[in-house]
Amino acid sequence: MAESKSLRVAYGEALAEIGAEHKEVVVLDADLAHATMTAIFADKYPERFYNMGIAEANLMCAASGFAYSGLTPFVSTFAMFGAGRAYEMIRNSISYCNLNVKLGFSHSGLCVGEDGGSHQSIEDIALMRVLPGMTILVPCDSIEMKKAVRASLDIPGPVYIRVARPVVDSFTNPEDEFIPGKANILREGSDVAIIATGLMVTEALEAAEKLSKEGVSASVVNMHTIKPLDEKCVLEMAEKCGAIVTAEEHSIIGGLGSAVAETLAGKSAAPFIRVGIQDKFGKSGKPSELFCEYGLTGSNIADQCKKAIAQKK
Amino acid sequence: MDKKQKARELRAATLTSIYGAQSGHPGGSLSVVEILQALYYDVANIKPEDPQWEDRDRIVLSKGHACPALYAVLADKGYYPSCDLDKLRQADCHLQGHPDACKTPGIDVNTGSLGQGVAIAGGLAMAAKHNGRSYQVFAIVGDGELQEGICWEAAMSAAHYKLDNLVVLLDYNGLQIDGRNDEVMSLGDIMKKYEAFGFDCQAVDGHDADAIASAIRKPVSGKPRFICCKTVKGKGVSFMEDQAGWHGKAPSKEEYEQAMKELGVEING
Ligand SMILES: Cc1ncc(C[n+]2csc(CCOP(=O)(O)OP(=O)(O)O)c2C)c(N)n1
Ligand SMILES: [Mg+2]
Repeated sequence: MAESKSLRVAYGEALAEIGAEHKEVVVLDADLAHATMTAIFADKYPERFYNMGIAEANLMCAASGFAYSGLTPFVSTFAMFGAGRAYEMIRNSISYCNLNVKLGFSHSGLCVGEDGGSHQSIEDIALMRVLPGMTILVPCDSIEMKKAVRASLDIPGPVYIRVARPVVDSFTNPEDEFIPGKANILREGSDVAIIATGLMVTEALEAAEKLSKEGVSASVVNMHTIKPLDEKCVLEMAEKCGAIVTAEEHSIIGGLGSAVAETLAGKSAAPFIRVGIQDKFGKSGKPSELFCEYGLTGSNIADQCKKAIAQKK
Repeated sequence: MDKKQKARELRAATLTSIYGAQSGHPGGSLSVVEILQALYYDVANIKPEDPQWEDRDRIVLSKGHACPALYAVLADKGYYPSCDLDKLRQADCHLQGHPDACKTPGIDVNTGSLGQGVAIAGGLAMAAKHNGRSYQVFAIVGDGELQEGICWEAAMSAAHYKLDNLVVLLDYNGLQIDGRNDEVMSLGDIMKKYEAFGFDCQAVDGHDADAIASAIRKPVSGKPRFICCKTVKGKGVSFMEDQAGWHGKAPSKEEYEQAMKELGVEING
């Protein structure tokens, strides 16, 4: 039986695990420790946990101060208030000085559901991606989340880990390699390649399954690292399959779709379609209903794959 | 109707909508009821039949997560049918998880990201003076919310621009998400802080709508006003009172029935 675990619980557990070996790790939160699950770390290492209150700008700059002093701060809040509200603090006080701060922001994307558009961060990847030197990891299940937290320690400089809220059935394997910047190919096919990230990876697998029943052979790539992007993999997929569909729980502007488009531009004429949020804001509703309404489903990915294949010359 | 009875009914409607949605923020919704009551049923100059009336007083729920209480008030005031409350936070309903002026009649300003509403309220008050209009602007803030630096930037500019048409009302319930304000990030002496920033300050019982209303009516000129309303988070439902755990979770069926019993309101349908 696959383990079902919320990605944020996996994030909190991972922090507590690395905390045992890495005394230089400190964790900072902004009155959301029980939502981001840094509370799991705080319970175990209260002397290395700092609640900064509802003050995200100060949170980021305080983390910067810790990093300047040789510590490794993991900073958590909701993606909206971290990547969004405190953007310029991250830009100038963390990224611009290439400081070793790990940003684990939770409640990203539409899966926040009922809280509505004000809380659904559909632009955090875009915001982080334009920062030189920022690594961006988007784990798809709790097994991968734990690997991402560990891997972030070995990356000197700032790392953004996108932590989705829902409980997800784990489908990757503990023994699978997780190398930041190197995509994992989950399924080999020849007609179209689906490049997906985060919660959309399972939807991509579902799409591939659906397509195979209709005689269409799809590759599925788990692009867990948005930056640096595995450009080699993207170009090889374009060459091999001749059609690319990206899938992300994020705006189609600035995220995975854009990163793949930038890679393909001038190098591949393969038809290319982006599945994601089509340049509009989110709203309140059950996550599953919103995913249907915004086209973040396996069946929409499958439809878009067929469209891309039909565009092949 | 007796004010206390009205407050109980508003609390019941608030909890019913959160129970129906199975998500939302009961604690801070229940603590803010009398503040909303003082404004919407007493001092504020509004026309529910004309939500966009230019000379209306503006009311900004800066602690936007408490909107289930505001939605219950607006429905009771006739801005939209009460049955809309049954669809709180659903995909086909205008009642968003946090107030949305583009979708819901009676909402003046979008909030939900803490700290921004009170700063927008300052802008509304400046614009009222700029346009030579005499309406007032009321901003309702949470105590945890006041940890946001922007609240103090807003306080500084409100005093600088002598915004005597701005009233900041604090829902002082002592709790935020991760626990008590004093454990998470102490606010210190909040009255002295606002005084130091140049506000006229008053402290009142935040569950006495009349006391809040008369504090608002006190004439003040040349200064923005701060009214510290001492409240109890989760007020009116014994097991929710003063419990951080009830900040953002919906009651179960048993809890809901118990709450309605305590509020003395029959469950319909
Ligand atoms: C900028 C921002 N940071 C964090 C949050 C998440 N959040 C929602 S409510 C809340 C606690 C608010 O506490 P308080 O202002 O005291 O509200 P109340 O006790 O009245 O419910 C937090 C941290 C948010 N909505 N906005
Ligand atoms: Mg509070």
